[in-house]
Amino acid sequence: MVKVFERAGYPIVHMCNLIPVSTTVGANRMVPTISIPYPLGDPNTPEEEQWKLRYHRVGVALDALATPIEEQTAFKVKI
Amino acid sequence: MAKKVIYYVNQFFGGIGGEDTADFEPEIREGQVGPAMAANAALEDAEVTHTIICGDNFMGSNTQEALDRIEKMLEGKEMDLFIAGPAFQAGRYGVACGNVCKMVGEKFGVPTLTSMNVENPGVDMFKGYTRMMSGHNAAAQMRKDMAAMMAVANKMLRGEELGTPEEEGMFHSGRRIEKFLEYTRENTAAYRGVQMLIKKIKGEPYQTELEIPERDVVPIAEPIADLSKANIAMVTTGGIVPVDNPDRIQSASATRWGRYNVAGLDKLPNREANGYKTIHAGFDPAAADACPDVIMPIDAMRAYEKEGKIGKLHDYFYSTVGTGTTESEAARMAEEIIPYLQEDGVDAIILTST
Repeated sequence: MVKVFERAGYPIVHMCNLIPVSTTVGANRMVPTISIPYPLGDPNTPEEEQWKLRYHRVGVALDALATPIEEQTAFKVKI
Repeated sequence: MAKKVIYYVNQFFGGIGGEDTADFEPEIREGQVGPAMAANAALEDAEVTHTIICGDNFMGSNTQEALDRIEKMLEGKEMDLFIAGPAFQAGRYGVACGNVCKMVGEKFGVPTLTSMNVENPGVDMFKGYTRMMSGHNAAAQMRKDMAAMMAVANKMLRGEELGTPEEEGMFHSGRRIEKFLEYTRENTAAYRGVQMLIKKIKGEPYQTELEIPERDVVPIAEPIADLSKANIAMVTTGGIVPVDNPDRIQSASATRWGRYNVAGLDKLPNREANGYKTIHAGFDPAAADACPDVIMPIDAMRAYEKEGKIGKLHDYFYSTVGTGTTESEAARMAEEIIPYLQEDGVDAIILTST
């Protein structure tokens, strides 16, 4: 899906847990998530912490959309 | 009773003429013309009842019209299999064969078969829509390509299960076919997997059961110049849907997708609140049912919209299920979503996967 959207001209970020799979399939902009069942917020942590993580990683994804890249790139996250 | 096959050829193989007759308009003839004769001779319990001939240029420049006309010609005709080509490395002919096979499969639900060379642009365009033999590059190899194609045609007409694409000399269609093995220890996935792992560790050759198709690289899209003016759309393969799953998206091997309006929502209401849940069969849904934003982060996107970091969050999010879903189905679904993005002037996309 990512590739079809990108081929249509849309910059796209793939937020996923398995970055190597995304790389193999051919996504160009990637941001890692923390797990498969809860990519953006661990239910075993307080809600505030989940929100911080989600807000941060989505922010990284948005910045990635505005970042020029030369090759497939997995953007770094801080939390 | 003998089964019926209808055949498609271009102006050259239809005996109309060469390049100067490539504008030849589609025509249907009773019986067999050109390669259809050889096909007819090779068919075991079937006959080629009709041959359709169409010029490559006519098909190339008036594709829809040509396909519509051919569709009309085929209406009401009995057919158990539709065959086109072989097209070798002839680009326009290969694309024509692909187009016609795709149309016949979609409109009539009849199995189709063609043959072309790996270099033919028709391969990548249509291998997901028809059975396609991996053929030679020139018509001098007609005999070989025809024999290979007719062996598969006879199997298809007998209703016999085809082997792997490698065994049959076909291109991978990108579709997965379920196969039930005898219930023995050696046939369990665990046993097969461990055997493969042992071979790998020993450095022996082994054959994977899940081949990842060769990488096809997409040129990197230009970044957004100004995020604060951008309209961003959200897509997920994590199966987030309204609790009643109105589009009946499948929990695995999905072929359907949905779009759900989130205008004005600051957060996705959860399952308990009769809002959204996940129908994805590949993981424990508890976390996403309790807080759908962990997969479809509408809350974070809305916050960035309010802060002015982005211009706008597109009013809909798009959802399907990624587990077991083939690349060809996923690509088709994305193609179907694109017009909605264009309509609203979306500038960029975030796609979340589980």
